[in-house]
Amino acid sequence: MSIFSLAITVLIGVLFFVAFFHFSNFLLDYFRVKSSRKFALENSLRVVIFIGPAFIVLFVFIIYPVFETIRLSFYDKLGENFVGLYNYAWAIKDPDFKRSIINNLGWLIVVPTLSTFFGLVIANLADRVWWGSIAKSIIFMPMAISFVGAGVIWKFMYDYRGPGDQQIGLLNAIAVALGFEPQAWLTIPIWNNFFLMAIMIWIQTGLALVIFSAALRTIPKETLDAARIDGASELKIFWKIIIPYLEQTILVIWTIITLLVLKVFDIIYAMTNGQWQTEVLANLMYDWMFRGGGDTGRGSVLAFCILIGVIPILAWNLYKHRQDQKV
Amino acid sequence: MENRSEEDEVADIKIDKIDKFYGSVQVIKDVSLEIKSQSFTVLVGPSGCGKSTMLRMIAGLEDINSGTISIDGTVVNELPPKERNIAMVFQSYALYPHMTVFDNMAFGLKLEKRSKEEIDERVQEAAKILQIEEYLSRKPKQLSGGQRQRVAIGRAITRKPKVFLFDEPLSNLDAALRVQMRVELAKLHDNLNATMIYVTHDQTEAMTMADDIVVLNEGVVSQKGSPLDLYNGPNNLFVGGFIGSPKMNFISTKITSKSQDKTEVDLMGSSTINISKTLSSANEGDAVMLGIRPEHLIINEESDGSWESKVFVVEKLGSGTFLYLEKEGEPLVVQTDGDSNIKVGDTVKVGFSASRCHIFDKSSQEAFK
Repeated sequence: MSIFSLAITVLIGVLFFVAFFHFSNFLLDYFRVKSSRKFALENSLRVVIFIGPAFIVLFVFIIYPVFETIRLSFYDKLGENFVGLYNYAWAIKDPDFKRSIINNLGWLIVVPTLSTFFGLVIANLADRVWWGSIAKSIIFMPMAISFVGAGVIWKFMYDYRGPGDQQIGLLNAIAVALGFEPQAWLTIPIWNNFFLMAIMIWIQTGLALVIFSAALRTIPKETLDAARIDGASELKIFWKIIIPYLEQTILVIWTIITLLVLKVFDIIYAMTNGQWQTEVLANLMYDWMFRGGGDTGRGSVLAFCILIGVIPILAWNLYKHRQDQKV
Repeated sequence: MENRSEEDEVADIKIDKIDKFYGSVQVIKDVSLEIKSQSFTVLVGPSGCGKSTMLRMIAGLEDINSGTISIDGTVVNELPPKERNIAMVFQSYALYPHMTVFDNMAFGLKLEKRSKEEIDERVQEAAKILQIEEYLSRKPKQLSGGQRQRVAIGRAITRKPKVFLFDEPLSNLDAALRVQMRVELAKLHDNLNATMIYVTHDQTEAMTMADDIVVLNEGVVSQKGSPLDLYNGPNNLFVGGFIGSPKMNFISTKITSKSQDKTEVDLMGSSTINISKTLSSANEGDAVMLGIRPEHLIINEESDGSWESKVFVVEKLGSGTFLYLEKEGEPLVVQTDGDSNIKVGDTVKVGFSASRCHIFDKSSQEAFK
């Protein structure tokens, strides 16, 4: 589709809604003149007119799918026969599911923590050297790359050739240069998970870095000077002044990355496709849903698990947000 | 002052020929200064004169490009702030927002690894002096500006430093509170017997609180002395104009004749006035500035020299009245009695008392002494 036809589509869409709001509002005004008694009814009608379209979009694309997913999780492979908790029982016994849950937990602990930590530390250090802004730009760059693209790039990092061949993977090239045997990194269970996490950290550190860099500037210089006068070392200032000062920002970044990690799919899909014990929920769901004929029942169970995982994080975040507004 | 013998008192802080550059701009130019033990010294000057930079160099927050600063005989150039035995109070209070008032005041002591009892005792003591005992468990954002500044001062007191550094601590407070805190700071200085160095751009603060005032201008010390020394005997045009409120009047004129210890200057062609001050480099006919403070001009009475002028603005303050006059393009402010009944448009006789007049050389800006 050309840019031109895209623009036309957008224009038609916008015009349609403008016309809709205008016309329905006009109709309401027109009938009001005739029967001015039904004020309450008219008011609620106007609310429906304005909220309606947005609600319909929300309903069709978000609320309905959630309930449909839950419904499908109680049905068989084709979504035809009710099977009760059969799919859930399967999931609990399935070793891949167990592996996915463990891996997802590992991702949740390692990636947000390290991305946030690196972002914060680099943002802090970058302000102290003249090449800091160059370093920041380079570290931010992976943000512009899609996860699959990042996967392709990192495939070269971890690439493995036979012991006699020239190693084109960076990690193996280094290993060989240092006199070690080349390794097929992505096939070494447990550790390969960390190699995959490194990619996500590589991408997300840039996000954390940019936001922290901006937030650091909001800390008054005099406050840091006061801490220096009070006898705090730079490390103490970092832990006792800067980190508490940035608490809100840290929380926001940590949440953003956590939600992203919970849904991690592209990297696994592109790098290992869940082999060698690197399976995660999103990839497992994709496997069951779309591969080998598809099983909507089991796929839905897995999708539902991811949804359940998101809820506590969002709830906690909302709670924190409300707490701050109260003070 | 200059003749004071070396043994008299230990100079708590000695600044020797320091320079400071920001890039190619020299903000402190070869400044030497001695600050006496237990004195209250005010560094004063217009924005950008280098006064805050000086203070930050004493604190150890800025590097010194050349020269030395010693505290109690020890050169501190290379020492970090915590080893200089100083405490500093900032204009923006610079409290730690996530800590309670107590923790703000205890932070430095905790870093020194003092015992819990000692910290508690010292904080309570400081809180008592500053009357902030009831706020100890609050966070800074729950306090007013004045209370925050007290906490900032408290944070300095708890550490019992030899030297207190204040960087425009009252500038963020409203006028009434500023006057009140000024008095409290002066009291605090009497109670603590510590050396205090105070930076401000406000000459009133300098005059009211200082034992010694150091007037800085464009990175050099313009003059140092007691408030009254500076008020009565400014060394140059800058100090003459900077100290005193409202400002000293300056009249462009020239020397009509000069003797061994007297200089006669022209008073707008209407008369001359003979002033017993002189400058060796000055000659007859040289252009000079005649300086006289508004409160030293005499209205409608006998004097050593006078002229007549029309009043075009009258400001009544109750405690005094300011008359704004003009004579041949030279504006002149006169302070007179609060109950004066001079009105706009009146013509008054403005009298000069020779002993109250200052003369400044126009080219070198140096004062006749």
